[in-house]
Amino acid sequence: MEKRVTFDNRLLPYLLLTPQLLVTIVFFFWPAAQALYQSLLLPDPFGLGARFVWFSNFEYLFGDSYYLQSFITTAVFSFFVTLASMSFALLFAVLADQVIKGEGAYKTLLIWPYAVAPAVAGVMWLFMFQPSIGVLAFYMKKAGIHWDPLLNGTHAMTLVVAAAAWKQISYNFLFFLAGLQAIPKSLIEAAAIDGAGRWHRFRTIIFPLLSPTTFFLLVVNIVYAFFETFGIIHTMTLGGPGQSTTILVYKVYADGFVGQDLGSSAAQSVILMVVVGLLTVIQFRYIERRVHY
Amino acid sequence: MVEKRGIGTILMHVVLISGIAIVCFPIYLTFVGSTVTHFEIIRPPMPLVPGPHLIDNYKEALASGINAPVSRMLFNSFIMAMGIAVGKIAISIISAYAIVYFRFPFRMLAFWAIFMTLMLPVEVRIVPTYEVAASLNLLNSYSGLILPLIASATATFLFRQFFMTVPDELVEAARVDGAGPMRFFKDILLPLSVTNIAALFVILFIYGWNQFLWPLLITTKPEMNTIVMGLKQMIPTADDYGNWPVTMAAAMLAILPPVAVVIFMQRLFVKGLVETEK
Amino acid sequence: MATISLRDVRKNYGNTEVIHGVSLDVADGEFIVIVGPSGCGKSTLLRMVAGLERITGGTIEIGGRVVNELEPRERDIAMVFQNYALYPHMSVFDNMAYGLKIAGKSKAEIRERVDKAATMLQLEPYLARKPRALSGGQRQRVAMGRALVRDPSAFLFDEPLSNLDAKLRVQMRLEIKQMQQSVGTTSLYVTHDQVEAMTLADRLVVMNAGVAEQIDTPMEVYRKPATTFVAGFIGSPAMNMLRGAANGTGFALDGGGRIAVRADELAGHDRPLLLGVRPEHLVLAGDRDPEFELSVIAVETLGADTLAHGRLAGANGTGDAFVARLPGSARVSAGDRLPLVIEPGTAHVFDAESGQRL
Repeated sequence: MEKRVTFDNRLLPYLLLTPQLLVTIVFFFWPAAQALYQSLLLPDPFGLGARFVWFSNFEYLFGDSYYLQSFITTAVFSFFVTLASMSFALLFAVLADQVIKGEGAYKTLLIWPYAVAPAVAGVMWLFMFQPSIGVLAFYMKKAGIHWDPLLNGTHAMTLVVAAAAWKQISYNFLFFLAGLQAIPKSLIEAAAIDGAGRWHRFRTIIFPLLSPTTFFLLVVNIVYAFFETFGIIHTMTLGGPGQSTTILVYKVYADGFVGQDLGSSAAQSVILMVVVGLLTVIQFRYIERRVHY
Repeated sequence: MVEKRGIGTILMHVVLISGIAIVCFPIYLTFVGSTVTHFEIIRPPMPLVPGPHLIDNYKEALASGINAPVSRMLFNSFIMAMGIAVGKIAISIISAYAIVYFRFPFRMLAFWAIFMTLMLPVEVRIVPTYEVAASLNLLNSYSGLILPLIASATATFLFRQFFMTVPDELVEAARVDGAGPMRFFKDILLPLSVTNIAALFVILFIYGWNQFLWPLLITTKPEMNTIVMGLKQMIPTADDYGNWPVTMAAAMLAILPPVAVVIFMQRLFVKGLVETEK
Repeated sequence: MATISLRDVRKNYGNTEVIHGVSLDVADGEFIVIVGPSGCGKSTLLRMVAGLERITGGTIEIGGRVVNELEPRERDIAMVFQNYALYPHMSVFDNMAYGLKIAGKSKAEIRERVDKAATMLQLEPYLARKPRALSGGQRQRVAMGRALVRDPSAFLFDEPLSNLDAKLRVQMRLEIKQMQQSVGTTSLYVTHDQVEAMTLADRLVVMNAGVAEQIDTPMEVYRKPATTFVAGFIGSPAMNMLRGAANGTGFALDGGGRIAVRADELAGHDRPLLLGVRPEHLVLAGDRDPEFELSVIAVETLGADTLAHGRLAGANGTGDAFVARLPGSARVSAGDRLPLVIEPGTAHVFDAESGQRL
């Protein structure tokens, strides 16, 4: 896609680009290069110098059971966040699409939690489920559930998944609703005349037509769970208990700032860059397809 | 529309209303928590209806908070969110203009250099970015809070997409009318972009307001904390320390501006959300 | 007001030349229509005059000044675009005033000029409106008004009527003609519509594949088309073309068969020819000897005229499709064999190889 008509001007385009290029170089390329470089260095224990060690930081990481565990933790976390958030959002969107009265009100009430920051979501959910003061934790214990996210890794994981999925429902709802409203009503009416029941219509007509939206949201939710949930983990569990909620992004932070293991942290950054790169390529290919069909 | 009637309709509304109840409950409970006393909270179960201490708690939060007054942190967040939104829009719209409306050497290089940043959220390169900011003396400053986060291509991408839809004839007409490139930008392109700018502003404001990790690193002085990151430090660590209602009041204040933006500018918000993700 | 002159103007995109050297002299106040099928280069040529496309070769002069390297705004021209190109966020007044504002004219002068143009185009009631609140015809007028207020050396029109419906197009065609006549500004007008071309032009430029095939008044183009392309493009239904060779007192068709054409134009040519006859120049033979017979396949009755489509009977019914335009009163039906003669002096003869008129 190119414009047919352009202006002839030598200097102006460079002037217009300078601010963004400057910011991009200083805060993007420089740090990214730094990460690449540091990932090949091993600082000495006193922090006085560093040795060039090629890929041994990476070798070490892939032999490190904590790091491999963090991969699995991230996968589990992302899977459940995506599944829970998208299922609820789809259910609400299908219903909101069908109600005739009050659609606008339902929509407003369902989308405003989008504005809640992940870190604030973490605080809110902690407030409900913290074992000593959380009111819901209190009733769970009363109901005989042994609830202890401070010591039990599975409980902690459940809690961060719930908070992270909750925060993302609004977003998914909005896109599912838009996707549903883009489906021509005549198709659904035709299916109804053909004798398809409500569930059958959803399964054979609506859901397949919604698949571009679903796929798009799948990628977005995985990116969200991977990279944007730092605030939730940090406010709720600090990656614990043990390492049970240490997702990859949290580990980069913990190793780099808390553990001061810069070489390893940089190597982890590089690995994450590759992961984001792959996700972006998938997303772009998908966008291209959507644009060109 | 295939008509539904009777039980089906009622059931739909019931499910939707319970959905809303689930989605809104955490926020409701936070609100209740901000209207009771610390004592009522640490002796569970806390009440489930609002108490009478709303004004006291919010006053205390705004005036003194825990580490720093919430009013100060709100102000910092506001500066940061505005700075990111305005800064990103300003640098993006002019660079998109350069890329779409000019032909010059290294144009594609500049294009890809900017668009690479689409790929990497700041969380991924957090440690080296911190080092760069530190070496530029940006710690505990508004520039430090803002600048690194405006290095992103989403806004540039959006403006590029929009500019591509502006008919070529408008440029030609403007050229025949005697307008040079800056005149065309100011008189024609900018007014045409107003809705897009507004939609983007809404999204970027929320994005900037909700930042957590970056302010956590870059600000060490309490008076430079933003509300979203400062909130974490207000969580009582032991039952007899801290003040839950004040923390919950701060949480309510932390979500108020972005929530207000979403509700009152819903059309722009939805447009912004859908278009930045395209 | 000014003359415009094009000298061997060429345009390349990379290695492909799309305009192969067009030369044209436009007199002061003249209305020139450039007509041709889509892709013939007519819009490119106009945009080169406007300064919106770079000129690869040759020179363009406006008012005696070479403008090859000048920006559009320095050429003192105004342009009306196909999709109007009105600034959507500006009122009608501001749309018309924009060029004057940039030129630094005083508020009072702008007001006066816009009001004058608005009166002329009956746009006064709409000056405060945005373009989207106008009908297609009104937008078209605003686009014209924008050109008019500038009082330029030349108007350039790029298919300005092609987005309008048929009825409005006829009306706007007349308005453009009247406007141009009253202000007397030199105009270049690009269209693919031959009716627009014929009705508007003082002179026509018929373009095909980047070449100006003929430059002449509409009637001359109609009467003496310079090439088979022009012959086929101007006139509706298109001119009938018969391929063959002059042969004593008749015309031997390439497809076999012979017709007894008496046209004087054939005399003295003994090479492969194309004989062109316009449908409206065929008449029923009546009591004269028919030159050939048409086996009618289909009949279209248009009211005033009746079109008889068929094939030449002399070519054993295998020849090319052939059309005769007969008076509306003619009684014809499919299956008839019509005896026809060519009106004297109306046949066209072209070289079969080069397509040039002989």
